Amino acid sequence: MTSSFDTEKAVSREEALQPQMVTVEIAGKSFRVPAGITLMKALWYTGHEVTRGAGCLGGFCGACATYYRTKDDPKVKTCLGCSHAVEDGMSFSFAPAFPARKATYDLNALENPKQDLFTLYPEAPLCRNCNACTEACPQQIDVREGVWKAVFGDFKAVSETFMDCVMCGMCVPVCIADIAPNLVGVYASRAYGVREMKKPPGLFDRIQAIADGQYADDWERILKMSDDELQQTSATIKS
Amino acid sequence: MDIQALHDVVHNSRDARRQQTFPKLSPAERDTLIKKFHPDHREAAYRSVAFGPNEGDLTVRELASVLEGDSVVPGDLSLTPHYEADVLVVGGGGAGCAAALHAHAQGAKVLLATKLRLGDSNSVMAQGGMQIAVAPDDSPVQHFLDTLKGGHMKNDHELLKTMVEEGPSIAKWLLELGVLFDRDDDGNLHVKKGGGSTKARLLTCSDYTGLEIMRVLKDEVLNQKIQLLEFAAAVELLSDEQGACAGAVFQDLDNKRFLVAAAKTVILATGGIGRLHIQGFPTSNHYGATGDGLALAYRIGAPLVQIDTFQYHPSGGVYPEQLVGQLVTEGIRSEGGHLVNGRGERFVNELDTRDVVSSSIIRECEEGRGVRMPTGRVGVWLDTPLLEAEHGEGTLDKHFPAMVRQYARYGVDIRKDPVLIYPTLHYQNGGVKIDVNGETSVKNLFVAGETSGGLHGRNRLMGNSLLDLMVFGKRSGLTVAERVKTMTHGRLTLNHLQRFRTEAKQHRVTNQVTSPVVLPAYTEQP
Repeated sequence: MTSSFDTEKAVSREEALQPQMVTVEIAGKSFRVPAGITLMKALWYTGHEVTRGAGCLGGFCGACATYYRTKDDPKVKTCLGCSHAVEDGMSFSFAPAFPARKATYDLNALENPKQDLFTLYPEAPLCRNCNACTEACPQQIDVREGVWKAVFGDFKAVSETFMDCVMCGMCVPVCIADIAPNLVGVYASRAYGVREMKKPPGLFDRIQAIADGQYADDWERILKMSDDELQQTSATIKS
Repeated sequence: MDIQALHDVVHNSRDARRQQTFPKLSPAERDTLIKKFHPDHREAAYRSVAFGPNEGDLTVRELASVLEGDSVVPGDLSLTPHYEADVLVVGGGGAGCAAALHAHAQGAKVLLATKLRLGDSNSVMAQGGMQIAVAPDDSPVQHFLDTLKGGHMKNDHELLKTMVEEGPSIAKWLLELGVLFDRDDDGNLHVKKGGGSTKARLLTCSDYTGLEIMRVLKDEVLNQKIQLLEFAAAVELLSDEQGACAGAVFQDLDNKRFLVAAAKTVILATGGIGRLHIQGFPTSNHYGATGDGLALAYRIGAPLVQIDTFQYHPSGGVYPEQLVGQLVTEGIRSEGGHLVNGRGERFVNELDTRDVVSSSIIRECEEGRGVRMPTGRVGVWLDTPLLEAEHGEGTLDKHFPAMVRQYARYGVDIRKDPVLIYPTLHYQNGGVKIDVNGETSVKNLFVAGETSGGLHGRNRLMGNSLLDLMVFGKRSGLTVAERVKTMTHGRLTLNHLQRFRTEAKQHRVTNQVTSPVVLPAYTEQP
């Protein structure tokens, strides 16, 4: 599927003509790419069609989970390919979709969400503390700690631990107990919101006030106004 | 190139600048500046649409081409359906998920299709929050007036009233799904003040409001086992013999096959247009923001509104390359950060409105006072170390930890050195014309979210997009769920496409692009 839109806007010409080039290995094949571009742009630059593994391009959606290794370092690391720069001698591969199992549940119907965790995700308490999940997290979340907090029923702490989670799933393939920590995190976090958090009274008062027509007079006054009158009314509002 | 030498211009001028006050522009000066430099006023970037429902209307050239573009679908495609649903939702962001969940909850058979993965969207990136009038000193009426003022009084009153009034019930729905909005000590929803708003009205989940909402909505779509069709791009709508919408044709992104989905009703929730890089601008938008819904709705005959206005956020990243187009928080300017040109001079009151600030940055760069980086990109400085100088060391760490991290990842220390910014294409203010239930002029075709138009006028207020998505996602979902109960499937045709092609020929439109664009053409061709 091609379009007539040119490619200049993605990798600018000036950049493409930059003399400073680096050598990287993408999925086992060597390429020369401009220094400093993101791993994602390196894919486009080297002629790869990207339909999988690209989403928000801003580091929030977790679509572009990537494994990489830098020159002479044996350690394989993880990153979000849209937000990480190429380095000379780097080797990287975009992570394929991993077949993790997501449990399905009705949070309101659960009898005891803290106990039900062990039915929905029976592998959760089998964590062997290897810490690979924490090391694999490109968001620097203490994933292992989060899983244990879920197991111990401290769902509030889980929700705080996993607030930065972009659901890239890099913690899943490394788990020797087959836990999907990010999915455990979503479950516990939602269960906390639905079952433990108090409902905000002010919100319900406001909903009731709207239903009771408390603003009807204001609306009637406002909606009758001409554009000029509205402009004046808006202009008098102090920010 | 010695970047430190460029930085030094900012460092060396800092003390002098701190003595300066920079006045806001008079209304006449603002008008002149905006007319000369705001992208919405660049006549050369605009042309009128040659034919179709908006024939003669001005819009940016990129969008005009997309609207007049031809479909990849051959006129004789076999229309035997691969999928059948009551409700077809196209798009897996906030509006799509809200629509699908509400229609499903009412018992409708829903198919949710998206060209990327469920949840890949702009919604997931929303950091600022969601405007809902819940505070005791606030009201939906106040929310209405603020939005109207922000939109230069051009907002559709009925849509806007609907949105602000349904806000609180949307907050309730999201809480019931487990979205963890920030709370005050008394358990009430914590509200923050957003630009252009007279009251604190932004509900937030720290800096991750969109991410938290999307994590929850995605999880719930999966829990409800709503049928999904991912990595399939909608490339044409289908019409029945009366001209009502009756489904869509998709193209599988992997094997390029066409897939036909018959649906009693269709809800387009395909998002914005940033990846068309209107007027060559970088964008804060996600990979798939190519205006697909506009092209699809237009070809089947739905008129669009306010397609001549876009939001360019003043502070998009320029350097390093990894941050090009991404948003840099407005908070730095709110706290007194200066904008500085390549000569070390201020050139605008940093707290002027977004359109004024964006226009002045563009002026500096076009008149040769911008800063060119080794990557070839141009921008102006945002003096972040000034905040440390003004308010004491540690200010940035304390108040802008996310931004410190955002740049530290790439070896830039914003506490010590300034950052380069340039306006970035952020939001499509206009879109497909809808009624309060999201229905377009084409029967059984609904639009929700950024693809729709009219609600935000000529400038969207911060925090109103997340609410827009939820309210009109919900309303369209509920409306179609009710309607499909008494409907049967129409006979599938491509009559509208045939009509469109005939019209293109009559208007002698040549060099038609293929639209929808689906994904930006970033891949270097041999």
